[in-house]
Amino acid sequence: MVKSSALSRKTKRLWIVIVCAVCLAAAAFLMLRAFSSSIMFFMAPSQVREHPPALSRQFRLGGMVVAGSFHKKTVGQHPLALFDVTDGQAAITVHYSGILPDLFREGQSVVALGHMDKDGTFAAETVLAKHDETYMPKEVAEALKKSGKWDPRFGPPPDAASWNKMTEPAGSSPTPKAGGS
Amino acid sequence: MTDIRDPVAPVNKSPSLFHRFANPGAFYRVARPCLSYFAGLGLTLLAVGLCDGLFFSPADWQQGESVRIMYLHVPMAWLGSACYAALAVCGVLSLVWRHPLADIAALEIGPVGACATALCLITGSLWGKPTWGTWWVWDARLTSMLILFFLYLGHITLMRAFDDPNRGQKAAAILALIGAVDLPIIKFSVKWWNTLHQPASLTLTNVPTISMNILLPLLLCTLGFTLCAIALIGTRMCACINERRFQRLLNQEIAP
Repeated sequence: MVKSSALSRKTKRLWIVIVCAVCLAAAAFLMLRAFSSSIMFFMAPSQVREHPPALSRQFRLGGMVVAGSFHKKTVGQHPLALFDVTDGQAAITVHYSGILPDLFREGQSVVALGHMDKDGTFAAETVLAKHDETYMPKEVAEALKKSGKWDPRFGPPPDAASWNKMTEPAGSSPTPKAGGS
Repeated sequence: MTDIRDPVAPVNKSPSLFHRFANPGAFYRVARPCLSYFAGLGLTLLAVGLCDGLFFSPADWQQGESVRIMYLHVPMAWLGSACYAALAVCGVLSLVWRHPLADIAALEIGPVGACATALCLITGSLWGKPTWGTWWVWDARLTSMLILFFLYLGHITLMRAFDDPNRGQKAAAILALIGAVDLPIIKFSVKWWNTLHQPASLTLTNVPTISMNILLPLLLCTLGFTLCAIALIGTRMCACINERRFQRLLNQEIAP
């Protein structure tokens, strides 16, 4: 008798915890969905083209630096860096007069904070480099470039399966086998 | 009074498996001899992993040597999340079954997880400066990890805030359960939203996008840190059980 009532108390508590957890998860899900657009850290160029923000409004623009688009010029006495940022659908020219991060290069993803200018270009106040989730030794990157499988200026490296075993410690030769296929 | 059992009291003749684990004394007898093995194995793996990672593994082709902070950052991020998941499990056990061991575990896991999360945030910040070009941004991954750190601080505080430990344990267990919502947000933040933080390199479905000789020391370090954390938490729990037992004996001595 005592045991069964104790058991039912536990079962009741278990149900209360389950119901609360489900409600909480649902609430969190709905809240995150509602705030989804403000949780986005940056806007892609195509989103900016679709819904152009007000000229004075500060926002972050994110995308890949288009190969061959990077050049420098001097306006007055200040050096100015110009490059196009794309998400594959639209491209926006960014101009920036500060120090670019070390990882900045053509083909790299960047996130720039700034606002749109009247001429449709983006005036950046800060530029951050956004590196991808691939980690590979220099030799592998060189081998991929040499084999013609990948040009870093045109985006992220090819499918990891093709290279992530290239310099295994067990391998007898220190130089990677270029183009293993 | 808290329900403290004498750690050396014999276990009931044939309790259910669940209740046998609920007994701090039984836990003490099983865990205490295992701790040094966990610590020894963990430290060995850590020594091999860190040595390989810091001195022998190749530098990243674009991040250079700064990628080596990953061997600290990733295990700490994993430990921070895993410890909080453990806190949530302890919370359920404590709320539903009034599991005495779960409260001791929650008491001792909290500070370890908080340290891991703090180290994850610090190493991430140190890594962010040379790669991204900034110490900190308010993107979804970084912010949700910072929230996890604050949840830990809240849990640690609540646990010790009341004169009646039972009330603190209950409040902390509820916080642990509510805070568990943050774990999937941390995990999937890089997938659901645009973030500055890169997505996961290790996934269940795809080939890891890490070169094998960077991945191997990373896995060794993660496993090593995990085993060390288990040993640390176990030691803290055993110390807590001893402390309570001592306190109880002291109280009996003073007021017979």
